[in-house]
Amino acid sequence: MSLASIWLAMLGMGVLTLAFRSSFLLLPERIGLPPLLRRALRFVPAAVLTAIYAPELLVQSGTGAGLGGHERLLAGIVAIGVAWRYRRTFLTIGAGMLALHLFIQLGARLAVWSVP
Amino acid sequence: VTIEPNAVFRAGLRASTPVLLGVFPFGLVTGVAMAAGGIPPAEAILMSIIVFAGASQLAATQLLGSYAPVAVVLVTAFFINLRFVMYSASMRSHLAGLPFRWRLGLGYMLSDNAYALCITRYTQHPEEPHKHWYCLGACLPIWVTWQFATILGVVAGASVPHSWRLEFAAPLAFVAMSVPLLRDRAMVAAALAAGITVVLASGLPMRLGLVLAAVAGICAGLLSERASSNPASP
Repeated sequence: MSLASIWLAMLGMGVLTLAFRSSFLLLPERIGLPPLLRRALRFVPAAVLTAIYAPELLVQSGTGAGLGGHERLLAGIVAIGVAWRYRRTFLTIGAGMLALHLFIQLGARLAVWSVP
Repeated sequence: VTIEPNAVFRAGLRASTPVLLGVFPFGLVTGVAMAAGGIPPAEAILMSIIVFAGASQLAATQLLGSYAPVAVVLVTAFFINLRFVMYSASMRSHLAGLPFRWRLGLGYMLSDNAYALCITRYTQHPEEPHKHWYCLGACLPIWVTWQFATILGVVAGASVPHSWRLEFAAPLAFVAMSVPLLRDRAMVAAALAAGITVVLASGLPMRLGLVLAAVAGICAGLLSERASSNPASP
């Protein structure tokens, strides 16, 4: 990535975030959110956050031997389960990282065994 | 008995303490992921101050790392940050009549956690004076903790070997943020529709899939909400 794109992204995101967070604090009182928009906005975080991580779990790693390169997906499923059960940020990330490394090790062993 | 601004401010400070236990590790992970994802340390630290939004910072790291154009980063940040419009709309009546610098300053610091603290207090104590001082008291420790934690994470992340695969912490952080939101059927429908759409649309250029996924998620959520609110309808 180039330094210029980092700076552009940083400044753009800074302006955008500030504009959204202070939007209705700065707008005149008579401007409000229509009810349908308010209901629609409720679903944005869950939809967008899921759409960001879902493709990342399907990125295949390694040679495709052993676990077929699906280590990220398997570790992601473990993390989703932990997040669903415990709702803890650090526990979820820790469990996901641990699972990723376990699946990578497991995949490497399976690959060795499957060599004829 | 008159209530001093100072007392309200300190009530905000106290309320923020338990939240800091969650802010610190998340800031740490964000710092580590930014450094491991290839953002130089100075820019990573500056980004924490200018943007001050973990999800946007993590998404930008992932997207820039895969050579996405800046426009794609900004469109993604647009959708991630839409929730803040909702927050500021619901905070407005409690912060009415303040000078411009107060409204802009509190807006800058209005993170998810700070919003949750403030709106809870304002709902429980609607008549309390000096509400902006409570908000400042709740926001400041969160801001300071976030900056401290991300700097620590950036420094640590830059010295961690690549074989630890810490870049995977970024998608995991999104799992940790989104899964606890799935408290009702409509939310689950929104997340599932968005996830499936983004994967099916992965061939589209400019990550159009993310926009389609957001739209699909919102529609699925609204439809599911309607279906469960009037079960008698055909």
